[in-house]
Amino acid sequence: MQKATIQLETLTCPSCMQKIENGVKSLDGVDKKSIKVLFNSSKVRVEYDDEKVSIKDIENAIDKLGYEVIKSQVKAL
Amino acid sequence: MQKAILRSKNHITIISAILIISAFISKLGFENEEIAIIALIIASSLGVAPIAIQAYQALKVKVVSIDVLVTIAVIGAFIIRNFEESAIVTFLFLFGAFLEQRTLNKTRSAIRELTKMSPESALKQMENGEFEEVEIDEVDVGDILLVKTGAKIPVDGTVLTGEGHINEASITGEAVPVSKKKDSGVYAGTILENGTIQIIADRVGEDTTFGKIIELVEEAQDSKSEAERFIDRFSKYYTPAVLVLSFIVWIFSRDIELAITILVLGCPGALVIGVPVSNVAGIGNGARHGVLLKGSEVISDFSRLDTMVFDKTGTLTIGNPKVADKEIYADNVNEVLGYLASVEKESDHPLAKAVVEYIGDIKLYTVEKTDVVKGGGIVAHVEGHKVAVGNVALMEQENILLSEKARADIARFEKNGNSLVLTSVDGELKALMGIRDQIRPGVKDDLKKLKKLGVKNLVVLSGDNQGTVDLVARELGLTEAHGHMLPEDKATYIKELQEKGQIVAFVGDGVNDSPSLALAQIGIAMGNGTDVAIETSDVVLMNSDFSRLPHALGLTKATANNMLQNIIIAVGVVLVLLASVFFSEWMNMSIGMLVHEASILVVILNGMRLLRYKL
Repeated sequence: MQKATIQLETLTCPSCMQKIENGVKSLDGVDKKSIKVLFNSSKVRVEYDDEKVSIKDIENAIDKLGYEVIKSQVKAL
Repeated sequence: MQKAILRSKNHITIISAILIISAFISKLGFENEEIAIIALIIASSLGVAPIAIQAYQALKVKVVSIDVLVTIAVIGAFIIRNFEESAIVTFLFLFGAFLEQRTLNKTRSAIRELTKMSPESALKQMENGEFEEVEIDEVDVGDILLVKTGAKIPVDGTVLTGEGHINEASITGEAVPVSKKKDSGVYAGTILENGTIQIIADRVGEDTTFGKIIELVEEAQDSKSEAERFIDRFSKYYTPAVLVLSFIVWIFSRDIELAITILVLGCPGALVIGVPVSNVAGIGNGARHGVLLKGSEVISDFSRLDTMVFDKTGTLTIGNPKVADKEIYADNVNEVLGYLASVEKESDHPLAKAVVEYIGDIKLYTVEKTDVVKGGGIVAHVEGHKVAVGNVALMEQENILLSEKARADIARFEKNGNSLVLTSVDGELKALMGIRDQIRPGVKDDLKKLKKLGVKNLVVLSGDNQGTVDLVARELGLTEAHGHMLPEDKATYIKELQEKGQIVAFVGDGVNDSPSLALAQIGIAMGNGTDVAIETSDVVLMNSDFSRLPHALGLTKATANNMLQNIIIAVGVVLVLLASVFFSEWMNMSIGMLVHEASILVVILNGMRLLRYKL
């Protein structure tokens, strides 16, 4: 399992959080309970199984929703 | 395509402003209705694009967002060919979002300043012994790092060689530099003001104290209070309800204009943003002043506090007993003190330590035949003299005669809350020392401030005897004092208060008081071990600084008030707008949108006031 902290561009609407959370949740291999979208610091924290899904997949999913990913940090658990 | 449009939102806003202005010039200045209409149509279509995309994305994840309301309203305006309204509404909405982002960034600035202090690189010792600059992520536990003057300490570690002064303001909120030498602990994010040191990394990245503080603050800002969750639920139903209402109005009145006006006026803008904004600003202010508030639940509880319960030792007092009073009944003072220090050196009893510390540098003697009397003291032979050091019971056991004056002194010392250490040499009382724990400097003023802020009861609970506890309570002006309390008694006491419906904060040392800390609505750990304090507390006082407590309380009160103000503003605006659409002539979509965006800015600006809050 890996733990990623993904820094996004500044989030302004609270409904963005819902969108991003649902978007990331739909990926296979992501630990659904671990997803935390931090509105004020504009970050996503998530744990995932790197054999099923890569950090790139997660970044793309967020990007497709219209939110720019600035950088990601991944740490093995 | 969608992304490109969303990204050029700010450009679209500017273009639509220009188009709207030119439309009005051509209409009023040149009376050219056609060009005006074309300009307005372009402005509306451009402007609605990013809003519609956001609306679509929201609907895809089953959220009826404000974007949905605005998009429908603009499309409606198009249908009834009211291009002026559609253009102005989209522009205002986009411009409002832009201002919102700018001002929101301001309210978040306190936290960003904090994260900016995170170290980014380090000078790491490579295999060849040379130091090379590497990214902070490449530093592991056990690495040896070099820190030069002016640089940030990259990790939590221990000094191996070198000396210097470190500014630890980022961790403790205290700007006075602290001296560090071999074996001193250093913290990531603090700054080496002078000197050069080599350190070994003990904890890196998110595990460092600084990393934990940041993570905590970030998560605290997003944690939701009861009130906030209520608003979330409310707006979940509220927004669709506005949609339904406008539909019903349209069915009955067949008036599209009225229906879409209701859509715009009903937007819950300020309501959604008002509470989080106060929260962020309040927590941000705290982070800057050495107070970490763990979330908005804590803010709401702490602001309504009834009773504050304190542990005595280590919280109200320094937790380090010192000699406070003394009487010597001999002329050869230095000899007596030398005997006393020599005997006390043999013991690691806290009172003995206090005595040794108090006497300081003095000629020491060889101590023979040391005999520890349990619950009494020590009897030993020094330089051929029989020396007894201990309490009154020991003196009685040793048949030492206490003079009239000595008895009076003993009574006086005890009344002052001292523990006694008596010294006799060859059967005669030579010295009497009163040792007591010192009250933390400034605590009295801090408690006064807390009372002024509306805390009804200030209670001290302690394992000490009732006399000592009463004395502390009298000196500090506390409302209640209870001695002889075990940790579980303290927890029971707190439970009883809570059963009476009180909101209770417990301030303790974080180690043996953990049941009480956990039980109280607000637990505040004073332990200097930053880790325990951070994990067990609801409110973390950096560096266990008691004087931050009044600021913490005042801040939560100000923040809770600020939230209430924002809710009133937000709800008030919606009610006034909806009422005026039915009862006045002048209300239309554009004015409604203007008022809405203005109210959003008002709540954000109101929240920003908290950043400057000072007690």
